Amino acid sequence: MDSYQETIFKLKRFWAQHGCVIQEPYDIEVGAGTMCPETFLRVLGPKPYSVAYVQPSRRPADGRYGENPNRLYKHSQLQVILKPAPANVMDLYLESLEAVGIRLDQHDLKFEEDNWESPTLGAWGIGWQVMLDGLEVTQFTYFQQCGGVDLDLVPAELTYGLERLVAFLQDRKSVYDIEWVAGTSYRDVRFRDEQQFSVYNFEKADVKMLWQLFDLHEKEAQRLIDEYRSLDPEKDGTEKRRWPLLSAYDHVLNCSHSFNLLDARGAISVTERVGVIARVRKLAVGVATSWVDQQALLNAPEVAA
Amino acid sequence: MSDVKPFLLEIGVEEIPHWMIVPALGELERLFRDLCTANQLETGEVTVDGTARRLVIRCSALTTCQADRDELVMGPPKSAGPGAAMGFAKKNGVSADDLATEVTPRGEYYALRRAIAGRETSDILAESLTALIAKIPWPKAMYWTGKGETTFIRPIRWIVALLGDSIVEFSLAGVNAGALSRGHRRMGSPEIAFDHANYEERLEKNGVILSAGKRRKRIEDGIGKLLKGTGFALIPDEALLTDLVYLTEFPTPILGSFDEKFLALPQEVLSMVMRHHQRYFTVQDSAGNMAPRFVAIMNIKADKKGYVVKGNERVLEARFNDARFFWDQDQHKKLADRVDDLAAVTFQARLGSYFEKRLGVEAGASRIARELGLDETAIRRAATLCKTDLMTEMVKEFTDLQGIMGGLYAKAQGEPEPVWRAMYDHYKPLSMDGPIPATVEGRVLSMADKFDSLEGCFALGMIPTGSKDPLGLRRAAQGIVKILVEGRIRLNLDRFITAGAEETNRVFLCERKAGYVENRTPDGSLELAKQLRDFMTERVKYYFRDVRGFAYDEISAVLAANPPDLVDVEARLHALKMVRQTQDFEPLAASFKRIGNILKQAGRPGGAVSPELLEPGAEQDLYQDMTRVLARVAVLRKSDDYIQALLAVATLRPAVDNFFDSVLVNAPDAAVRQNRLALLGQLFSEVSSIADFSEIVTSSTSE
Repeated sequence: MDSYQETIFKLKRFWAQHGCVIQEPYDIEVGAGTMCPETFLRVLGPKPYSVAYVQPSRRPADGRYGENPNRLYKHSQLQVILKPAPANVMDLYLESLEAVGIRLDQHDLKFEEDNWESPTLGAWGIGWQVMLDGLEVTQFTYFQQCGGVDLDLVPAELTYGLERLVAFLQDRKSVYDIEWVAGTSYRDVRFRDEQQFSVYNFEKADVKMLWQLFDLHEKEAQRLIDEYRSLDPEKDGTEKRRWPLLSAYDHVLNCSHSFNLLDARGAISVTERVGVIARVRKLAVGVATSWVDQQALLNAPEVAA
Repeated sequence: MSDVKPFLLEIGVEEIPHWMIVPALGELERLFRDLCTANQLETGEVTVDGTARRLVIRCSALTTCQADRDELVMGPPKSAGPGAAMGFAKKNGVSADDLATEVTPRGEYYALRRAIAGRETSDILAESLTALIAKIPWPKAMYWTGKGETTFIRPIRWIVALLGDSIVEFSLAGVNAGALSRGHRRMGSPEIAFDHANYEERLEKNGVILSAGKRRKRIEDGIGKLLKGTGFALIPDEALLTDLVYLTEFPTPILGSFDEKFLALPQEVLSMVMRHHQRYFTVQDSAGNMAPRFVAIMNIKADKKGYVVKGNERVLEARFNDARFFWDQDQHKKLADRVDDLAAVTFQARLGSYFEKRLGVEAGASRIARELGLDETAIRRAATLCKTDLMTEMVKEFTDLQGIMGGLYAKAQGEPEPVWRAMYDHYKPLSMDGPIPATVEGRVLSMADKFDSLEGCFALGMIPTGSKDPLGLRRAAQGIVKILVEGRIRLNLDRFITAGAEETNRVFLCERKAGYVENRTPDGSLELAKQLRDFMTERVKYYFRDVRGFAYDEISAVLAANPPDLVDVEARLHALKMVRQTQDFEPLAASFKRIGNILKQAGRPGGAVSPELLEPGAEQDLYQDMTRVLARVAVLRKSDDYIQALLAVATLRPAVDNFFDSVLVNAPDAAVRQNRLALLGQLFSEVSSIADFSEIVTSSTSE
């Protein structure tokens, strides 16, 4: 039986062998691996790119104080982007399951329709949830749109739920009983995080401060987007090519996380919700369209002065 | 005559959503038949089959070559002269000597007759199939080879196109049509050679049962075997079975179990988790109680080591643990304490929150209760609480359990039975086949909820048009009709709609609801009431015609008589349908149409009949018969015996026929004429108050 970390190593090695850049997790709180710039921005534009990384994904509302065996505030996704999706992408995916020790002739596998959509990112795709003996182990999506932009090349996004997958492999009923490495359980490593962040997210987070953070990050992201747009590609070409859109996107991610915290805290009414999501989406779309524009500038041959 | 050969087209696709497969096969067959018809190709027997990974169409005997045919190209009239003939010949690449002439009704014309050689079917298919496949419509398509390129439901990965033994050469989205099929993802070969005769057999050897019927049977037989001797029986679920037939290529059932302790949870919850979330069949014991077992359908041949059963059991246990957590959690706050929380949940952006919705439902439920002379207490309580389950964790997780959970929680929290049952049922009927609420309180609550949505949406101009009905208002209105008829509720719909519209008008004006404008017709009634009435009438017609199978003219005839409620409409329709089959009815209906026209032409005169002005013979006979029959009809109608009433009316046929044969309505004497019109008028209006016979379409109706 492989440990949690060994399974991660195997998946990373598998995808490295198939040409993926192996990235480290992004260092800003995100709700899903899709939100990392390695996915959100890289899927835009005509350049092929393949990448895999583990992304700890924080969903404050899903916290259960470490008391529910299957629900976590912060779970880990192994995120794979293959841009463009090769024709044998399904076969590759099945091979990856075999690479972590699942004998497919002994298990039941079904691909059930599940189209993914993220209103906050202005992104959607078509795909399946992959059911292994009745357990959803992967979300498989062909991206169609991101940040409101139709994608030139269609990437396949594979998102493995690592805790679930490993609980399955190790035959554990609770994710906390997963062996992280010999002698150390998932509980040993992660229980305090789950407990303390649940307390914070549900009980202690300062709502007023969170709204302030949301507003500040929103303002900063919007400022950067607006200034980028006002730059003249001819006159300010150099400035426009190096304009910090990645920094703008970091602020969008911070907005999104503040929103998730406010939501978990019960501070956003249902009526407000739609409006706040629209604010984040506006920023995400702003960064995405600017990014596409900047990439085009960077790819254009420099005009000799 | 040309040869025929079998034809096969297999489109290999990544897993197609199960519910789209059957409609797609229908479209594929239609497109293919249209193609063959347009090209004069005979197909022999056409079959379509589909699994999650392939759409297949086969023809037993497709003509391999179009027949040769003659074509006649008409040219200029002969009168135009040889110059015109030369031009026409040149345009068609022939010399003027090749032209013939044709005599037409408009004169003699130059014409060119030429033989067109039939084309090879394989050429026709090769140039048509790419477009044909791309034309299959899907609810939500995707592109995968790049922006702006081919779209389909999921990526196409292989295509087999064989006419006889030859490949029909074409390509789509970078895939070339070939001769090799593919097997099951894990149990078959990725390259299967076959011929037309052994196609299904070769697929089956490679883990694919092509026929949906065979997959269904394999599931049914497998379940039968699993449950044999266990004392348990399957709780059938036809929709789930169909889903599983199209989710798999090689279905095999397995029997799993779960801890009996979970049976303490409501069966509705267990069933929702198993059937809707996990796609398991549920099982019951001989007493009809849910058993701690489930049947899952795998997409492989066997579970030799028992891993699949074990895996599914573990998933189910985790799911049940979640549900139990929600159930316990939700008990901490009573529904009655959640009423104010409804203000935080939007019902509809412009209409407001569920708190406001609940006030509307309460008011409507009270009005219906009063109208029907029912005790309001339980109905009002149920109306107050009916939406509070939207605030519970269970309903947030399992939204389809809305209403049902409210009922179950209300029961657990000690609400009286009429209250919790009404809450439990108040979303019913979910479809035209589904049951209506079981109790009268539930029926009233369900209707009040639906009327409230209709009134609110219509008042703000959110009226369904065409196929667009995002708020499900047609279904809501249909639900009301179904409840009224099948619940035998004698509610005067007109009066109720009028009162409801007035109430909505009052509330919206009082609240200064944004976007609401009071709009009255010249006669002082609300435009809103008229819109609602028209909408409901349309649904009433739909229900009786499409759901209940009455003829359109029968419905028009009955509705024209303005019956007081829908129970009465149903009784009249039954009577009309029965009596219509009797011999005298249709001729009598034809006569009534004639009477209707006569009265219309005469400007619908009123007035009583003066017996002294009646001529002896046919006219007096009709008057006497009519007086006797109408008296009897009046008695029969007191007990709503419409069948006997209509049969009695039908006995008037000889008298009416006789009247028209021997009496001239348009008599020269004005007084006699008026009297005759009065006689017909009385007959017409009395009979039309049951059903307007002139609406009936008869074989002798010619207009």
